[in-house]
Amino acid sequence: MPREDYEVVMGLEVHAELSTKTKIFCSCPTSFDAKPNTNVCPICMAMPGTLPVLNEKVVEYAVKAGLATNCEISRDSKNDRKNYFYPDTPRAYQISQYDKPLCEHGYIEIETSQGKKKIRITRIHIEDDAGKLNHDELSGGSLVDLNRAGVPLIEIVSEPDFRTIEEVDSYLKKLKSILEYIEVSDCKMQEGSFRADVNVSIRPKGSAKLGTRTEMKGMSSFRSITRAIEYEIGRQIDVIEKGGVIEQETLRWDEVSGKTFSMRDKEDAQDYRYFPEPDLVAIKLSEEYIENIRKSLPELPESRKQRYLEEYKLSEKDAGILTSSKYLSDLFEKASEICGNYKAVNNWIISDISRILNETEMDPIEIPFDAKQLAKLVTLIDKGTISSSIGKKVLEELFENPRDPEDIIKEKGWIQISDEGAIKEIVRKIIDANPQSVADYKGGKDRALGFLVGQAMKETKGKANPQMLNKMFAEELKK
Amino acid sequence: MNITELTVHELQDKLKNKELTVTEITKAYVDRINEKEKDVQAFITELTEEGMKQAEEIQKRIDAGEKVGELAGIPIGIKDIICTKGVKTTCASKMLENFISPYDATVMEKINAEEMIDLGKLNMDEFAMGGSTEYSYFKKTKNPWDLSRVPGGSSGGSAAAVAADMVPWALGTDTGGSVRQPASLCGIVGLKPTYGLISRYGVVAFASSLDQVGVFTKDVQDCAMLLNVVAGHDEKDTTSVDVGPKDYTKALQKDIKGLKIGIPKEFYGEGINPEVKASLEEAIAKYKEMGAEVEEFSLDIAKYALATYYIIACAEASSNLGRYDGDRYTYRAKDCKNLKEIYKKSRSEGFGAEVKRRIILGTYVLSSGYYDAYYKKAQKVRTLVMNEFHKAFEKYDVIVTPTSPTVAFKLGEKSNNPMEMYLADICTVSVNIAGLPGISVPCGVDKQGMPIGMQIIGNKFCEETIIKAAYAYEQQTKFREKYKPTFKNK
Repeated sequence: MPREDYEVVMGLEVHAELSTKTKIFCSCPTSFDAKPNTNVCPICMAMPGTLPVLNEKVVEYAVKAGLATNCEISRDSKNDRKNYFYPDTPRAYQISQYDKPLCEHGYIEIETSQGKKKIRITRIHIEDDAGKLNHDELSGGSLVDLNRAGVPLIEIVSEPDFRTIEEVDSYLKKLKSILEYIEVSDCKMQEGSFRADVNVSIRPKGSAKLGTRTEMKGMSSFRSITRAIEYEIGRQIDVIEKGGVIEQETLRWDEVSGKTFSMRDKEDAQDYRYFPEPDLVAIKLSEEYIENIRKSLPELPESRKQRYLEEYKLSEKDAGILTSSKYLSDLFEKASEICGNYKAVNNWIISDISRILNETEMDPIEIPFDAKQLAKLVTLIDKGTISSSIGKKVLEELFENPRDPEDIIKEKGWIQISDEGAIKEIVRKIIDANPQSVADYKGGKDRALGFLVGQAMKETKGKANPQMLNKMFAEELKK
Repeated sequence: MNITELTVHELQDKLKNKELTVTEITKAYVDRINEKEKDVQAFITELTEEGMKQAEEIQKRIDAGEKVGELAGIPIGIKDIICTKGVKTTCASKMLENFISPYDATVMEKINAEEMIDLGKLNMDEFAMGGSTEYSYFKKTKNPWDLSRVPGGSSGGSAAAVAADMVPWALGTDTGGSVRQPASLCGIVGLKPTYGLISRYGVVAFASSLDQVGVFTKDVQDCAMLLNVVAGHDEKDTTSVDVGPKDYTKALQKDIKGLKIGIPKEFYGEGINPEVKASLEEAIAKYKEMGAEVEEFSLDIAKYALATYYIIACAEASSNLGRYDGDRYTYRAKDCKNLKEIYKKSRSEGFGAEVKRRIILGTYVLSSGYYDAYYKKAQKVRTLVMNEFHKAFEKYDVIVTPTSPTVAFKLGEKSNNPMEMYLADICTVSVNIAGLPGISVPCGVDKQGMPIGMQIIGNKFCEETIIKAAYAYEQQTKFREKYKPTFKNK
């Protein structure tokens, strides 16, 4: 059967680390780059006798995420234990939620080349993250770092509503942007604070029965998610075309080889023995509590985009790009406010900044400079202190080593020469040094002027004001 | 004057009158431990040297005119399941043989704040699983009334140490009867409060929804005093309940006229030793004499409590004990080839047979396909048990039953028969299942001079009521004046 006759069915499980100051069941900090086993205490190290105490902020953040994704919020929820042995889980169970998640029955609307589509969200629940195992080259063994153990997570489970990779990509970007907007997660994929597991199955088009699904883990960027799905669809079709059957299993994506690998053998089929966590009391939420959170929700991407269309008359495309990331749109608003030239700020973000982000696979939140610095860049160009081509160099410098653009241009000597006397001097010098070109120009070859201006720019390392150069050459050569 | 025979409130009086010093008291107990421990075997870790030092320091401050707390310098013994900073907390298991807790349990913080002197960590059944203390990895504790018999369990070390006058009082834990049953078998007072009255933080978990710290004392007055120290809401334990400040010694009243006592007939039937039954009937007659209103009723659901208990307790235990895996602070088997082998061999070698039995049972009842039939059903029965007790307490102030179906049995008599050992809990487990408070007070001895205990059960957070009922009875009967452990059959 040709590949086009297969339909792909996918569902997503997204884990987002919540940006609470402290862990979910103890008061240890959640900071990312602390030395191994320093953000730990007897509770998150699961010392005998310790007990968890649920961090109320975690519930609040999860409810926020639920409300922002159109979920129903459970008034009566609880925690459950998920039991399994692994060194990154010192309790030998994860405290998660099984049959009574905090949020259920939501959806997110996505937009693809095929138009708009609602992706249903099955549930959002809270749980604790595991620690990290680091391979130790010296001993050949594994070193356990429990800093991450107990960092709060929400797991956002979708229905199997995805049919194309584009839909998956669009959903993940939308979800990420929503979580950023409501400020419950910084969603840094590189640091693992936004991770997506993808369930993939295939079936003949028109078939109502779902195929056997595999679950893929370990993708750390949007690009690797796309690659992994492409690979897995191909693998499944190949297996079926060869008369084989798809095994329901968990696969690990390997970025280097570009392949998926089975994570465990069948003998190890996990039975997590979920049961209600007896160390924690039920989570009961009042109407008032939920309403207060609803009222506190900030502007979400959709409404912000609408506002940009109306307030700034931006194009649909530009407004879409800006609002796709809270960080980008905040940068836009703040920089515009400071410099007063929102068109220029928009242009910088849409063109050069977006290009650099793409090229470096950088997340907007990782942009190293701030709105003030971007605004200064725009102002320097507006005032004619630098040319826009120097501006591009300043931007690159801002990504490299962010500081006040004024300092950058001073340091680099990039200030535009707009002094009439200085320009005249340069023009005379170039004319004197290039008699042939001058003769050509006078002989009617207009192109020679371009050469002369170019020489002057070269002489001034691009700093001469180009309009003034043109004008001055024209005047001098007439003489 | 024999110092170690005194109760804590008697010691307090003598301290106040300057008849005794803190040093003298602690010295007397240390001497007693040195004399009796070889026969009784109640301690896993003795802290006698540290205790003497602490006593001397406190005495120095008293001598210098400093005012110290009312319980400063009073010795205590701690079940080895309660975490004590800097001192081994083994849970009587090879698995935790060398575990030194980096923190103090909340109850220990309270004990330390009073400047009580911890004379040692007391023996128990491994991870509190058992009813005779024979399942300790380290030693078998003997019953001071007859050294050929068990002290009960799981807090057998605590009960035996108090009965043998090696400490004036002690802390234990009670998941299915582990305070009340050994108190009964050792002829002392044992209280398990309402689930949630005492913080579980730092108490190594066996079955989280059933575990509760309890107190062992020589009389009911001491019981109220020690409860005053350890009870109270703790932010570190969300299952602990804030009932506001209470002084349980105010419940020490002799007048119980009009007290409504319910006698559940199911607790006096099959399996209850006739001598135990007769002793209870005598006690009930005494209550009537004192003006209580006694009525028999049926608590039919109680017959399911034992099965329910073993499903829930083992399920929770199978999860709670998962962390002992050879990875960090536990025993680790030698020569393991891979991670799986570390888990398998460390757990196979580090846990005793009874613990493994319960982990296997608990794992089974939580397994997919069996969860509904066992664990879920047990939770439903648990609700029914709670409802039945709730109904009973609409009619009665307290419920009176035997604490244990028999007196202390011989060492080795039941240790190879798990089912018989489980039946030792038959009178006590339903109280844990329902989360109620229960106290065991001595109510007589059998023909061989072995003590018999009466269990008084109260409604949730009605500790005052059972303390009052126990105190009034104790004042009438004066068990301690009539009977003493004999350390026979050495």
